[in-house]
Amino acid sequence: MTAAGPAGATALLADLPPGPAVWCSGLRKRYGRQQAVSDVSLEVGRGEVVGLLGPNGAGKTSVIKMLLGLVRPDAGEVLLLGQDARRPSSRARVGYLPELFRYQPWLTPAEVLALHVRLSGVAVGTARQRECLALVGLADRAGDRLGGFSKGMQQRLGLAVALVAEPELVVLDEPTSALDPLGRVDVRDIVLALRERGVAVLLNSHLIGEVERVCDRVVILDRGRVAAAGTLAELLGQREVKLHLTDLPAGAAERLAAAGPVEREGEWFTVALPAEDTGTAVPDLVGDLVALGVRVHAVEPVRISLEERLLGILREGAR
Amino acid sequence: MSAAGTVVTVAALTLREATRRRVLLALAVLTVLLLALSAWGFSRLAAEGLTSGEARLTASVVLNLVMFGFSLIAALGTAFLAGPTLAGETESGIALAVLARPVQRWAFLLGKLTGLVAFGAGFVVVAGLAELLVVQATVGYWPPDPAVALGLLAAQTVVLLTLTVLLSTAISPMASGVVAVGLFCTTWVAGVVGGIGAGLGNDSVERVGTVSRVLLPTDGLWRGAMHAFQDPSALVQFGGGAEAGAFPFLSQTALSPAYLGWAAVWVLMVGGLAALAFSRRDL
Repeated sequence: MTAAGPAGATALLADLPPGPAVWCSGLRKRYGRQQAVSDVSLEVGRGEVVGLLGPNGAGKTSVIKMLLGLVRPDAGEVLLLGQDARRPSSRARVGYLPELFRYQPWLTPAEVLALHVRLSGVAVGTARQRECLALVGLADRAGDRLGGFSKGMQQRLGLAVALVAEPELVVLDEPTSALDPLGRVDVRDIVLALRERGVAVLLNSHLIGEVERVCDRVVILDRGRVAAAGTLAELLGQREVKLHLTDLPAGAAERLAAAGPVEREGEWFTVALPAEDTGTAVPDLVGDLVALGVRVHAVEPVRISLEERLLGILREGAR
Repeated sequence: MSAAGTVVTVAALTLREATRRRVLLALAVLTVLLLALSAWGFSRLAAEGLTSGEARLTASVVLNLVMFGFSLIAALGTAFLAGPTLAGETESGIALAVLARPVQRWAFLLGKLTGLVAFGAGFVVVAGLAELLVVQATVGYWPPDPAVALGLLAAQTVVLLTLTVLLSTAISPMASGVVAVGLFCTTWVAGVVGGIGAGLGNDSVERVGTVSRVLLPTDGLWRGAMHAFQDPSALVQFGGGAEAGAFPFLSQTALSPAYLGWAAVWVLMVGGLAALAFSRRDL
C-alpha cells in the first residue's frame, strides 16, 4: 500500500453510507437446558421502525438484551450503529426502555435524566432534559422523588430516559405495558416523531395494532427463531377481494381463477390477489366479469390484519 | 463515557443513595450515642483515682472495645448497604437502564465500591477520631499511632466491602450481607481462638487464627489497628507474655508490612474476581 493508502482508505470509509442501526447475525442463547434464542439474525436500518413480535417466551427480550450487551450471546455477532456491540462506546447513541423499568427511587426524574446524560457522555443541556420530561407528561413532577410514582409514571420516565441523550437508535421493550390508552397514543406519536427525525426504533410490543400503525418492518420470533420478517406489505401481501356475483356464464369461472385462487360460498366468491398486484387486478377483473355478462352485486376488499397473519405464522410453526 | 468518569459518577450516586436513604443519619445518631456513652464511661474511669499505668491500660482496653463497636457498625452498615445497592439493583432492574449506557461493567462496579469505601471508611475515620478526642478530653490518653490505627480500621472496611461486592455479584442482596457479616464475625472469633492457642502454647489452635487472618484479612487489620491504639505498656500492665494475647481487646504485635501487602493483594484479587464475575453476568 502506498503512503497515501491508509488516508485514502479512511476517506473512502468516511464516504460510505453509515451501517444499519442494528445488525445481528446468528445469535444464540441457552439458559440451562432451555434454548432461548437459536440463530436469530435481523437488521434495523437507519431511521427505520422495526417491530419485534412473538408470543411469550419467544426470545424477544433476550434478543434485545443481547443487542445491548446486557446478556452475553453464546454465539453470533452484533453491530450497533456500525460498531461492534461488545464495545460499550457502541451504545453512546442508543436509548433503551427495558421491559422491567425501575429507576433509583431516591432520585427525582430530573436527577435520573441528568445521570443518564452523564453516563451517555453526550452533552445535553438542562433545557433539553426538561423538554424530554414534558414530552412524556412529567414536567410537573420533575422534582418529586420516584419512590411515590405509579408504574405508568415510571414507564413514562423510562421513555424520557431512552430519548434524552440524542439517540440514533431507540430500543423500546414493551413501552406501553403500564400505560393507559392516552399514554399509548403518546408513545405512538413519539415513535412516529422519532421516525420523522431519522431515528431508528426497535419496538417490542404485544399490542399488534400499535406495531401495525407505526412499524415499517416486522420481525416475528417464535421459540427463539425468526419465523417471518419483512415489510408490512410483504407480510400482509396476500390481499383478497370478496365478490357477490350472479348469472355466471361460461368463462366467468376461468376469468376468476385467472385473477387468483378462488373460494366459493354460494353466490360469494373470495379471490386471493397476487402480492405483486399494482392495484389494477380488481378493476380489470370486475370489468371483464361485467363484459362477460356477470351481474356484480358487491365488491368488498378483505384486509388480512397483522394479528391474523401473526397467528397464522405461529400456528403453522406449531404444526 | 470514560471509565474514570463512570467510576466518579457511580461513586457519587452511591454516596447520594446512602444519604437519601437516611443511612448517614442513622449512623450519625448511633455514633453520637456511642460517643456520649463512652465519654460518660471514660469520665467515670477518670474519677476512680487510678495510677497512671492503670489509667493507660484501662484507656487502651476500653478504647479498643469502643473502636471495635465502631468497626462493627461500619461492617454491618456497609455490608447491608452494599448488598441492596449492587445485587438489589440487578435484581430489581435498576441496573438494566444504567448498564445499557456506554459504561464498562468493571468501572460501574469500581464506582460502587469507591462510593461504599468513601462512606464506610469515612465513617470509621471520623467516628474514630471523635472517639480519640473524647478519650483525650476525659482521661488524657492519646494513642501512640492514631493515623496508622484509623487507616487500618478504614482498610478493614475496604476488605469487608470488597468481599460483599464479590458476594453481591453472585447471590441475593440479603444473603450477601448476611454471609459477609457472618464471615467477618467468624474471623474475629477465630482470631480470639488463635490468641488463646498462643497463650496456651498450642500450635494447632494458634494456627486457626493465622489461617483465618490470611483467608479474610479483616481480623489481622483489626489487630494491627488495636496495636496502634493501645499504650505500649498496656501488655506489660496486663501481665505480659503470651497470655495477654488471649485477651481480645489487646494486640501483641504490630502489623507487618508483608501482611499489609497481602491485604492489598487480597483486595485486588477479590475485587478483580468480582469485576470478572459481574462482567460475565447476564442481566
